[in-house]
Amino acid sequence: MQNTSINFKRQVTIKLADVRLQDALSRLQTRFVEGRSAVIGEIHDLQETRNAAAEIRDRVLNDLEHWLLHFERQATARGAIVHWAETGEEANRIVAEIAAQHGVRSASKSKSMVSEECGLNDALEQAGVKVTETDLGEYILQLAREAPSHIVAPVVHKNKEEISDLFADKHRLPRKSGIAELCREAREVLRPAFLNADMGISGGNFLVAETGSVLIVTNEGNGRLVTTLPRVHVAITGIEKVVPTLEDVTTLLRLLPRSATGQSITNYVSVLTGVKAKEDQDGPEHFHIILLDNGRSSLIGGEMQEMLRCIRCGACMNHCPVYQNIGGHAYGWVYPGPMGSILTPLLGGIEKSPDLPNASTFCGACAAVCPVKIPLPDLLRKLREKQVQRGMKSRQEMFMLKAWAWLALHPRIYALATRMAVRIMSMLGGKDKLIHRLPAAAGWTDGRDFPAPTGMTFREMYRKEKSQ
Amino acid sequence: MEKTKRVGLFVTCLVDSLRPRIGFAAIKLLEAAGCEVAVPEQQTCCGQPGYNSGDRKSAEELALKFLGEFEAFEYVVLPSGSCAGMIRVHYPDLFRNDPALQERFAALGQRTYELTDFLANVAKLEDVPGNFKGSLTYHDSCSGLRELAVYTQPRSLLAKMPGVELREMVESTTCCGFGGTFSIKYGELSARMSDNKCRHIAAAHAGAVVCGDLGCLLNIEGRLRRTGDHTTGVLHVAEVLAGLDKDE
Repeated sequence: MQNTSINFKRQVTIKLADVRLQDALSRLQTRFVEGRSAVIGEIHDLQETRNAAAEIRDRVLNDLEHWLLHFERQATARGAIVHWAETGEEANRIVAEIAAQHGVRSASKSKSMVSEECGLNDALEQAGVKVTETDLGEYILQLAREAPSHIVAPVVHKNKEEISDLFADKHRLPRKSGIAELCREAREVLRPAFLNADMGISGGNFLVAETGSVLIVTNEGNGRLVTTLPRVHVAITGIEKVVPTLEDVTTLLRLLPRSATGQSITNYVSVLTGVKAKEDQDGPEHFHIILLDNGRSSLIGGEMQEMLRCIRCGACMNHCPVYQNIGGHAYGWVYPGPMGSILTPLLGGIEKSPDLPNASTFCGACAAVCPVKIPLPDLLRKLREKQVQRGMKSRQEMFMLKAWAWLALHPRIYALATRMAVRIMSMLGGKDKLIHRLPAAAGWTDGRDFPAPTGMTFREMYRKEKSQ
Repeated sequence: MEKTKRVGLFVTCLVDSLRPRIGFAAIKLLEAAGCEVAVPEQQTCCGQPGYNSGDRKSAEELALKFLGEFEAFEYVVLPSGSCAGMIRVHYPDLFRNDPALQERFAALGQRTYELTDFLANVAKLEDVPGNFKGSLTYHDSCSGLRELAVYTQPRSLLAKMPGVELREMVESTTCCGFGGTFSIKYGELSARMSDNKCRHIAAAHAGAVVCGDLGCLLNIEGRLRRTGDHTTGVLHVAEVLAGLDKDE
């Protein structure tokens, strides 16, 4: 997927004015924030569990090569073929080759954000393979030719009416308005795609090293159909998703659905191991696992490695007051919200996303809910430090920062400067003691007044009081 | 009798310039709690603007300045969760490559408190001097809440004031949109976040909104006034507790 995060600021203006989007986003609070809060307390040792989850992820990341090779050996022993892709293009090429090798003409696909990174669907269409997204949200987006705006609830930016219109238009069936009817219609339309697919494509929430399994968590059942009905199954995921043992996975699974959708457990947890054995009734004859790097390995051993702990629950964006107000598309790539504001510059180039690390108040709501305790605001701050080091900040901003720091380091001059400033500001305040316009801080005064100071600094008042 | 606590007060740069009354309110409260208060006169800014904009160097220099001025105190108190968080949580991290300095900052951090945290948990203020009468709603500022676990402290102090009726707003712990330089760089987005906060404040039907950080107060007051609300009071918790909540 093309990275357009350079347009972030312009997108913010557009998204804030989008009435339909704002209406859709207003439901995030009940659906996800209250949803998580209702079930997270079921984990009575929540902090210990989060610590354990972070430890599991760190254990893997600190020795990633070992665990990946271990996974490859176990998966291969069970008949799967593991492919390594350094870039999205390489992953696409591998999938296209697998499709060609098996004479695949149509593929059914369950949700995979890694495939969005690669732009896999377009690449396969170009290779002559018809791809049908079968996750309801992703199917809707495929019809609408849009990108996901959330990593767990990809269609969260659309309301029911838009989807009714879209189905009526694309399916050429009478317009339905109830959610159950819409789901039934989607099921009926999708059934042939499941049954006729030569290849199923899925993502992978975890790679279990000890068994060589790909584990996926889903709610709609489409994941099971995609991974078991077609004769070829291709699972595509990031190299960081490996976890040592099934027992480790159970720790992460206590956290993932609760953090993501406010469910104690998802409707399906599928552990996909190897190819169909002789005695098996179903399952793929060929199982290909594609492990994508796409910049991830460059974070290993560096100060941003903690970002690779991420298990893609989406809690950080659900709780982010910035995401809550602009939605996911404004971020300009696959991953939105706090985790996306870190991953997009790290995987796509810091220079291409100048705004993302800065568009945060550091409120910390994300880090407070992260199931694997990624210090998201700290990582955003480190990206800001990299921006300063690389000279990406405007000369004006750097001047202001340096001037302020210089003043603060010179208390006498600071005292004079602040005395002068507060006197001027006090005069600007006028009768209502509010400053309505400050050209140097238009970003503030365009939407807010600035409460004017009284005209004296604390330090001068305190000194006066003490000398009396 | 317990010995007098020696407190160094850092009023913060925002209070120094924009609302000195909060500094005097903090002194009054600390003295009411039996502390001996000193205000080092060369204090300026804790370094957050640079630190949070990626200018680590200037933050380090200001941290060292702070250390020089406050290390000698038994306690350091600030009427701001965000600046107190800077000192407690972030100063030690700034010097993670210098173990000796890091240790000094960690020790200083452990003696550093946000005002209401100090009053409620360390000085154990019983007789709150303020005599505010009316209803309040409390906004929990982000850093105080999430870095220093300040939530019950201001509420327990306000509960000691018979005239105060606390009417909780929904989502009191959601960011008001201030975020320091964020409020200027992303003014439109920041103002929308403030709008949501103002809506929750209005729905609480309180006479005033109170919080422990002047940055949030300026942001909230600025948006309330711009949108035509000229009646809801916007007060620092120290002003309410000290009884310095009115213009003299």
